[in-house]
Amino acid sequence: MYTEKVIEHFRHPHNMGRLAEYSAIGKVGNIVCGDVMWLYIRVGKDDRGRDVIADISWETFGCTAAIATSSMVSDLAKGKTLAEAIAITNQDVAQELGGLPPVKMHCSALAADALNEAIYTYLSEQGQEIPDALRRRHERIEKEVAALDKRYKAFLDRETRKAAPPETGESKCS
Amino acid sequence: MPERIYLDNSATTPVASEVFDAMRPYFDSAYGNASSLHAFGREARRAVEESRAGIAEFLGVLPEEVVFTSGATEADNLAVLGTAYARDRRGGHVVSSAIEHHAVLHSVDWLASHGFEATLLDVDETGRIDPDQVRAALRKDTFLVSIMAGSNEIGTLEPIAEIGALCRERGIVFHTDAVQGFGKIDLPVESVDLLSASAHKLHGPKGVGFLFVRRKTRLSPLMLGGGHERGRRSGTENVPGIVGFAAATRLAATERDQVTTRLRAFRAKLLEGVAAIPGTRLNGHPTESLPHIANFSFAGIEGESLVMRLDEEGIATSTGSACSSPDLEPSHVLVAIGVPLSMAHGSLRISTGRQTTPTDIDRLLDVLPRVVKDLRDLSPFKVGE
Ligand SMILES: Cc1ncc(COP(=O)(O)O)c(C=O)c1O
Ligand code: FES
Repeated sequence: MYTEKVIEHFRHPHNMGRLAEYSAIGKVGNIVCGDVMWLYIRVGKDDRGRDVIADISWETFGCTAAIATSSMVSDLAKGKTLAEAIAITNQDVAQELGGLPPVKMHCSALAADALNEAIYTYLSEQGQEIPDALRRRHERIEKEVAALDKRYKAFLDRETRKAAPPETGESKCS
Repeated sequence: MPERIYLDNSATTPVASEVFDAMRPYFDSAYGNASSLHAFGREARRAVEESRAGIAEFLGVLPEEVVFTSGATEADNLAVLGTAYARDRRGGHVVSSAIEHHAVLHSVDWLASHGFEATLLDVDETGRIDPDQVRAALRKDTFLVSIMAGSNEIGTLEPIAEIGALCRERGIVFHTDAVQGFGKIDLPVESVDLLSASAHKLHGPKGVGFLFVRRKTRLSPLMLGGGHERGRRSGTENVPGIVGFAAATRLAATERDQVTTRLRAFRAKLLEGVAAIPGTRLNGHPTESLPHIANFSFAGIEGESLVMRLDEEGIATSTGSACSSPDLEPSHVLVAIGVPLSMAHGSLRISTGRQTTPTDIDRLLDVLPRVVKDLRDLSPFKVGE
């Protein structure tokens, strides 16, 4: 079900662990859903004075795809300007890995979201202007976290068999 | 890469060579349809009936009480739905448990959405059901109780003799899914009216099972057609499969005691070995368990990646983690025994078989701490920090 590339990154992940010095963290996912990613970035300047991701690392609790996408997103973002890094999508991550099984696409979304959140946190903390696209994604991610919390409650209720079956169409762990 | 090790025997088992040899002629020389009049057909019929008699004798029941099916999923469906359909639209109440295999659970769910009522019993933190819970759940209109003999995920054994006895007192049909126990443990068949088993869990072929149906138990068929299996399951008999199931049963009968003793020792060793790794727990019962299944959780890591890492090391296992399931929800069994969701994501099921060697277990216990540590190093949740 996984491509060679996914397995390769899973087997030998790049940039894992916690940076000794970092500028910001992006934390996404939910332990209840079984996937959590913390992404660390250290922001520096390139020779033209632009903000770049000088170093990046991650810690992930998740499946094979979650680990492989963490590794891939860190490769893609490393050395990029913040503007370039913001433009990285989950499709880019999945594509670079030669594709992901449909049920695992949310793992690549998690990786792209973590990067988004790390940059968002950095810019906010620096008091810098937040690009619209970044803000919109941040708001979407926040909303999803709230939905997950709600779904988590529904799940627990259902497991104790006190509640009606979950509403149809409710989102699964994103 | 060292030789691959298979520790996923509750998913399926390798066909034993004796079983394979017994089956082979029924593919290409004795290939008749068991319903045919000619010599080919009679040869196939004889093989089917001898197989039936052999399995019945092993189980301690009558040959005509054994109904061959396409596996245990069908046997479970036939038991639950067939008993309900035989009630001629009178409706009624079914009791089952939260940890049944989906073949039972989804059949019970279907009944519950089609005019029947169902109670799913909770289990304790080891996965056990107390017969008193069953007693308390029974109603005037309860017509079926279905409780598995032993869990395919966590191995816990259920008190089916006691449950069967209290159903018998009240004239309620008692079904047990004995897929994981058949051929491995003593089954109190005298307390049971319906019992499901599957060949591929016992070193037989996939795609064949049976339902034991005690005489006089009312059951509607689900498969309609040529009236095979005394009208209880139409469809041309899977002759090689049935012969294989009987051969696997014979093999189990001759070597059961020594195999079970060995598997029990493996399980004890696994429990000890995993307990030595920090941040782990046993899911299941320390002793009241099937001999071949051990289920653990590892804090801070996710089960699918654990299974994949072990696979990289040549060791095949399985998990009840959400990420490994198509609907991204953790195993209903782990949730039912109250494993915290964070730990349910990090579950690992190890299941042994007659071919498992002490070296296999040593290899696993050698590799496991390293693999767990590797994954914990990647995880934001540090165990013991
Ligand atoms: C407890 C239990 N019941 C039913 C089944 C279904 O059996 P089969 O694969 O023969 O349909 C299995 C195995 O998958 C099982 O472990
Ligand atoms: S982390 Fe759960 S499916 Fe990938």
